[in-house]
Amino acid sequence: MSSARRQSLLWLAQRASAAVLAICVVVHLATMIVAVRGGLTAAEILGRTRGSVLWAAFYGVFVLGVAMHAPIGLRAIVAEMRGSHSRGIDMAMLAFAAVLLALGLRAVAAVTTGRAS
Amino acid sequence: MNEGAIRRNDWRARGHAGWWAFAVHRISGLGLAIFLPAHFLVLGQALTGAEALDGVLAWTDRPLVKASEIALVFLLAVHLGGGLRLLLVEFGGWRAAWQPALIAVAAGGATLCALLFALNLA
Repeated sequence: MSSARRQSLLWLAQRASAAVLAICVVVHLATMIVAVRGGLTAAEILGRTRGSVLWAAFYGVFVLGVAMHAPIGLRAIVAEMRGSHSRGIDMAMLAFAAVLLALGLRAVAAVTTGRAS
Repeated sequence: MNEGAIRRNDWRARGHAGWWAFAVHRISGLGLAIFLPAHFLVLGQALTGAEALDGVLAWTDRPLVKASEIALVFLLAVHLGGGLRLLLVEFGGWRAAWQPALIAVAAGGATLCALLFALNLA
């Protein structure tokens, strides 16, 4: 794949993920603002999310969007600071995406699987 | 003009809302990217049971951590506001006259979110 085509695809992926994340972040902010009233407990969090296919799907999409959006943004910042793109930066950002995806999906599984209490 | 004569760090070029919007968007994005792995690791504690997650939540019940949480809510909300402005600029066309108002709405909205979170957290 040519460098120009790769840049175009990454630009598109960054904007597409941003559009999805915008909706996710609005829901996440509203949930957080309401959920912290009266203190936050594991029972309260897990009571809302465990066994819920809807929350699992929502947070799954959220993690996918973040794992795409954050590394592309970091890649642009690092390349701008170094003055050029390189394969090393791409590999490092791919690794960061993999870490975010793995930890994020693990977190989604942790809060959504198991019995609803 | 000789490239060497360009003053790349000229602060006069940064004294406007657009530059500050760029800086805040970049700093908030970096902050969120650094925070995310820790956030996921904490939520992953629920794999070993609700008690483990409660242990971490109890640790967060201290002023400095609460202040950090409020700051993170602000960073998330301001990155959202700044990002929506960028999408509007890139897909809706550049309207110079709208930019100060859009930046002010993004900053105000983020401040409101952080204040609402702080009030409920208290």
